[in-house]
Amino acid sequence: MALTNEYIQQKLKDQFGELVYNFEDTYGMLSFEAPKEQNLKVLQFLYDDETLQFRFMTDLCGVNYPDDAGRELAVVYHLHNLTENVRIRFKVFTAVATPDVFTASQLFSTANWMERETYDFYGVNFVGHPNLKRILNVDEMDYFPLRKEYPLEDQTRIDKDDEMFGRG
Amino acid sequence: MARPVRFNINPIPANTADAITTVKAPEGFSGEGFFTTQLSSVVGLARKNSIWPLPFATSCCGIEFMATMGSHYDLARFGSERVGFSPRQCDLLMVMGTIAKKMGPVLRQVYLQMAEPRWVIAVGACASSGGIFDTYSVLQGIDQVIPVDVYVPGCPPRPEAILDGFMKIQDLVGQESIRRRNSEHYKALLNSYGIQ
Repeated sequence: MALTNEYIQQKLKDQFGELVYNFEDTYGMLSFEAPKEQNLKVLQFLYDDETLQFRFMTDLCGVNYPDDAGRELAVVYHLHNLTENVRIRFKVFTAVATPDVFTASQLFSTANWMERETYDFYGVNFVGHPNLKRILNVDEMDYFPLRKEYPLEDQTRIDKDDEMFGRG
Repeated sequence: MARPVRFNINPIPANTADAITTVKAPEGFSGEGFFTTQLSSVVGLARKNSIWPLPFATSCCGIEFMATMGSHYDLARFGSERVGFSPRQCDLLMVMGTIAKKMGPVLRQVYLQMAEPRWVIAVGACASSGGIFDTYSVLQGIDQVIPVDVYVPGCPPRPEAILDGFMKIQDLVGQESIRRRNSEHYKALLNSYGIQ
């Protein structure tokens, strides 16, 4: 039997009830949300369940929604069932003031570097991560560059005349 | 159908009578069996016509440099046949391409490993000023970490422009006083970059 999005959704609903919500089907790919405290339980269930078997993490990334108060930062898990070739997306949201999310690096080793990258660019604090430090940017950087808090240009440069660039 | 093979059956003999130039001797006094001139002129003459470049190519400007090194543009005409990849042996650091902030210390380390006298040429908009990458991760010009002698504009510059920049370097090298590297002015310049 092919693994359908409806079946995955029903399994999750049966297991977690009201703790999984906002199911979406975008271009045939199932996407859903859970509270951030539940992220490891949901990932573990998706991993362990005999029919679901989402045992491959394709990607882990962050998103910043600066206008969504209390839900500014999202962590998105892309999971893949390799035997059925089905992919799903799982999101947890957190406030930018308390960006603490439990680490998935114990479950998926690949999450180690990807969580470091997400920390590097969005400042998501992965609780329990073995080595949470910057991975791509310079160590001296004291901000999280992909948060939508900054103008696009480098504010430290002094050799450009704003008049000439239409922003005087 | 097979293409007919054509040979160059009417080759035009190359006229190289006026095509070969030799470097002019510096000003000085000459007589029968002797020639006197300034030591700095001779040293400059030798240096400027035997510059060993160290290519530090990170992106598209590096591709243009490969064309510059190739037979068509032929940087070897200017005495730079030997492109070295050891900083210890080279005279001219050619920085071609975007330098990310994380690459800055690496570039600086390569510069420090070069022996004096050393020159630096920044090829292209990115190496000169950060170029279009006006962003958090890109160094806004390599002159923030090392002193630069010649800037070549362009995105990327054509090989002719790189050759022009190289000839500007040759002019600098040829006219440089052999005492310049000991001067207070030069030490102050290096000190401004935190280099002893």
